[in-house]
Amino acid sequence: MEVDSDWRPTASLDVLKLRASLLARVRAFFARLDVLEVDTPVLSRAASTDPALSSFKTYYHGPGAVKEEPRYLHTSPEFPMKRLLAAGSGSIYQICKVFRDGESGARHNPEFTLLEWYRTGFDHLDLMDEVERLLKDVLADVMPIDSVQHWSYRELFVEIAGIDPFTATVTELGMLLQSTYGVTAVGLANADIDAWLDLLMTHVIEPRLGNGLMFVRDYPASQAALARLRPGSPPVASRFEVYLNGVELANGFHELADALEQRQRFDIELEQRRDRGDEVVRTDENLLSALRAGLPNCAGVALGLDRLLMLASGSKCLQDVIVFPFDSA
Amino acid sequence: MASYSTNEFKGGLKIMLDGDPCAIIENEFVKPGKGQAFNRVKIRNLKTGRVIERTFKSGESVDAADVMDVDLQYLYNDGEFWHFMDPNTYEQQAASADAVADAVKWLKEQDMCEVTLWNGTPLAVTPPNFVMLTVTDTDPGVRGDTSGGGGKPATLETGAVVRVPLFIDVGETLKIDTRTGEYVGRAKE
Repeated sequence: MEVDSDWRPTASLDVLKLRASLLARVRAFFARLDVLEVDTPVLSRAASTDPALSSFKTYYHGPGAVKEEPRYLHTSPEFPMKRLLAAGSGSIYQICKVFRDGESGARHNPEFTLLEWYRTGFDHLDLMDEVERLLKDVLADVMPIDSVQHWSYRELFVEIAGIDPFTATVTELGMLLQSTYGVTAVGLANADIDAWLDLLMTHVIEPRLGNGLMFVRDYPASQAALARLRPGSPPVASRFEVYLNGVELANGFHELADALEQRQRFDIELEQRRDRGDEVVRTDENLLSALRAGLPNCAGVALGLDRLLMLASGSKCLQDVIVFPFDSA
Repeated sequence: MASYSTNEFKGGLKIMLDGDPCAIIENEFVKPGKGQAFNRVKIRNLKTGRVIERTFKSGESVDAADVMDVDLQYLYNDGEFWHFMDPNTYEQQAASADAVADAVKWLKEQDMCEVTLWNGTPLAVTPPNFVMLTVTDTDPGVRGDTSGGGGKPATLETGAVVRVPLFIDVGETLKIDTRTGEYVGRAKE
């Protein structure tokens, strides 16, 4: 006897309609602002060097194939979009599928839909305001936003967890997590301070954020990723994160434009990958060449559209808003 | 010894934690977009029954617990141990009072129980969901009372005390749900 597999979509038709209308509203929003929609490659010779990201890898066979040269599925369209910016595209946006190996759970699907956009002449503060305008616009009919909060990374940790993330030691963070919040971690003995801060952020702070829209900015320099650093004591990264109803939704930067500093950051990340035994991927030389040619002053942000749809539809997990989640793809 | 990576974590997986065998109840993947990934796990300690939470750095490995559930027939209690037997191989197992724990009040000779073995030794005993036990002591039955209201305590052959309807008499055999400890009905002959 044949047994039918579970072929049906996990997302309801209502959710699919909401997805379509959100996408239409996002495109209308950018059309009004004259921001150009672009489409960049999914498969690339180079990959993100970020040690927190893992790229899917595949191979091309056929005319022009280079033997044993992998192609990576992008984890975000950031690098080719910056090449467009350096070539004079002006402000651009893209809606595309991105792929992250090793990420699967109620809030993660290994492939997901990202909205990423770059605004020339903006810094991260200007872009935060635009993220707020976009979310208020696209959610107006389904989930009006009535509370907007702005925090620095430091204020957030001091206010909610009672500890200064810029001066706390690993020991202090471990003690606080265990004795005050009952969070016991396994395997973090040799981890750096950022892993401990991530633990506090995800286990203690995020669950206490409450409803509404929240911007967190000025991250520790060690968590700058591709953001500019602002000198100071301590220096902070011109990076922001967006939370909606306590769910991490977007991450943005006042984009690093210095090719030399970008190469140094890539090299440090590759070293971390080597130390951990992770794949040492190819650095994107095309991006570095574009930065040398000159990236206009700009800010960029990437926003998870599946998570936005999850929140807008009142769903509990991403699998309820993705037609065929990874397990049934 | 076998081990599991956090990527293999799922409900029901048996792992060793702090020297005790445990079962994963719930596994949640947590990761900031630009940061460290974690597995936030709810775990039941199979020795104590206590449920605890632990967070593993994703990619870590833990030792597997050599734990398995087998269906064994309850034979007898010698005052110290409760003896069980595999009806196919006749192999016997002796469970301590700690392992038998609350199951003791439902154990009737010849009944099949689920025995959890850790390294080949009984760790826990789960009685059948339903058992047939005879009433050894209760107030005299009230004929014709089928209201179902009220009820009275009845002591069963294993020593368990359950609430039963007023019409039940000493010597009757009752069907009991061991998961709730509630009377289900009279045993059908």
